[in-house]
Amino acid sequence: MPVNLIEASLRNLPDLIIIDLRGEIDAKSEELLDQVYSDAEKMNPSAIILNFSKVGYINSTGIALIVSMLAKARKTGVKLLAYGLSSHYIEIFQITRLSDFMKIFPDEASALSAIQHKTDE
Amino acid sequence: MKDLQKDFWLTIVRQVPETNQDQLSPEITESGMGTPWQIDPDDPIIGYFQEFPEAVEIEELNLNSTALDQLSEFGVKLVVPLINQGKLVGLLNLDEQSGEENYIRNDRRLLGNLANQAEAMLKIAQWVRSRQLEISEREDLEHDRRIANVIQETLIPREVPFLPGWQAKTYWQPAKEVSGDFYDFFNLANGRLGLVIGDVTDKGLPTTLVMATTRSILRDEMIRKASPGQVLSKVNNLLCSDIPHNMFVTCLCAILDPNTGNLSYANAGHNLPICQRMQGIEELRATGMPLGLFPEMVYEEGATTLEPGDKLLLFSDGLVEAHNKDREMFGFGRLRELVEDCIGCEGLEDILLSKFDEFTGEMWEQEDDVIIVSLQREQLSRASDGASSIQSSQEGSWIVLGEFSLPSEAGVERLASEKVLQVMKNLPLNKAQKDRLTTAVAEATMNAIEHGNQFDPKKPVIIKVTASDSAVSVHITDQGGSLIVPGSKEPDLEAKLAGLESPRGWGLFIIRKMVDHFEIISSEFHHTIILTMFLGGEADAR
Repeated sequence: MPVNLIEASLRNLPDLIIIDLRGEIDAKSEELLDQVYSDAEKMNPSAIILNFSKVGYINSTGIALIVSMLAKARKTGVKLLAYGLSSHYIEIFQITRLSDFMKIFPDEASALSAIQHKTDE
Repeated sequence: MKDLQKDFWLTIVRQVPETNQDQLSPEITESGMGTPWQIDPDDPIIGYFQEFPEAVEIEELNLNSTALDQLSEFGVKLVVPLINQGKLVGLLNLDEQSGEENYIRNDRRLLGNLANQAEAMLKIAQWVRSRQLEISEREDLEHDRRIANVIQETLIPREVPFLPGWQAKTYWQPAKEVSGDFYDFFNLANGRLGLVIGDVTDKGLPTTLVMATTRSILRDEMIRKASPGQVLSKVNNLLCSDIPHNMFVTCLCAILDPNTGNLSYANAGHNLPICQRMQGIEELRATGMPLGLFPEMVYEEGATTLEPGDKLLLFSDGLVEAHNKDREMFGFGRLRELVEDCIGCEGLEDILLSKFDEFTGEMWEQEDDVIIVSLQREQLSRASDGASSIQSSQEGSWIVLGEFSLPSEAGVERLASEKVLQVMKNLPLNKAQKDRLTTAVAEATMNAIEHGNQFDPKKPVIIKVTASDSAVSVHITDQGGSLIVPGSKEPDLEAKLAGLESPRGWGLFIIRKMVDHFEIISSEFHHTIILTMFLGGEADAR
């Protein structure tokens, strides 16, 4: 079987971190997601944005990993946002109610502008 | 041990000078020392020498003996009998003394002494020779036995067919001497299963070769012919022209439609299959001559339906004809009684085998192969979303688009989705529906691998795609019927976010939300998740 890898990189913007994800999110992603989230957290951002635009597959274990990240973010008062999800995964975020706790945007610009807008308020 | 007198007469002749060779019979010339020359066991010369064990000139003998005539023809003058334990074991034959007329008394005494020495040695030589022949005969038999064994072992299927909703079991205990027993399964068109069990008369290598031939012809004809009677009729005609005249084959041939439980069968003189049902047992009768005896035979066909819980039992002679130490036979009556007593209990085969072992006892000398083949339609329990089962409510109108099996390895779930999409590529499903099915199939396959099959690569996940005019269904079956299906209660996200519940446990919940109808069928041996999506359904928004 092909080994499906997830890649993640951090972009440090003023007071926020964007985690660019690439690949597939399933059981094999656990270690990397834990690591990258804790790296992001160490920078003390007020918001972390997950970029899913290069993610082709998320399974139920992947959903559980995102739930874990969201739980950590809520514990430390960090806002967790997401963008770049396909309509299918938006549907899954809706039925799992993840979208009730994590704002979803179509793209980076809309996510950033929403944060900006919030900050301006 | 064999009677040496009968088989190993030795004649010891004087070395013949080359010039004289043509005066002697070729047998004697070629025989030389130690080559057997047979004397008829009824020849009076044997009785004579056993009564008078002394050297004698053959001219002095007046016997109506062929051996004596032959000796005389060979030019033998004096014969010294070699007697061991009162039995004639050989003759020391001498022709004319060179230069002298007759053997004198001294010569005879000397020869008598020589004979005394030779007798025991000859007896030993004969014994060694007989052992050598026995060993070589045994080695030939052992060689044949090994070949026959390899053929039979290669042809007897090691794996039982996998049919969702059915449980097949086989048991084969070969006898020491290779027999002509066989059974086989064939996957036929439209998901049907062909099933044969048979026995070639006799034992050993020729029998095994006839068995192999019969099995090949059966395999070929099962694929071509529509009914078991037609199959047996054709196989009989083909075998009649090829089979050795003293051999024939008994064979039961059946075809099962696993979707309906309909079973058609024909029987060429094999043991009657027993059908075990909740209400009693039934022997499935259909008449027909064994294969290979007479051409152009017609085979009666029978038909029945195996309902959920029913079991079909096929078996070999070796089971019913086994004898215990009191020479009592296991018998059909005992078998029928046992099968009847086991109605409603699990593990008929194990019970049967343990009773059989008890009957035959520890020192049992197994004469024939013991074969048991059983096929049970599973009792089903259903858990589904909605009032009734989609599949059963539209039984008959579904067609199978594809069926495949995958090993229980992590990551295979993606392949499952891809294959399912490929199979249903011509169906009117929109992109959202395809995406949902992709996710649902992958999740259900992952469940089957993880929970049902416990990542055991030997346990396959079987996936079948069926379609009707209005819907498509994906059946995903694992091999873990005894395991409990994890509950599919709605996950509590707040509790998960608060760390009060594991972040996991989304699989079944997501699957249910992805499809229009969801059903789990559990049996003793499998779980099947059936995912159904209505065709030409709603637009992408859900």
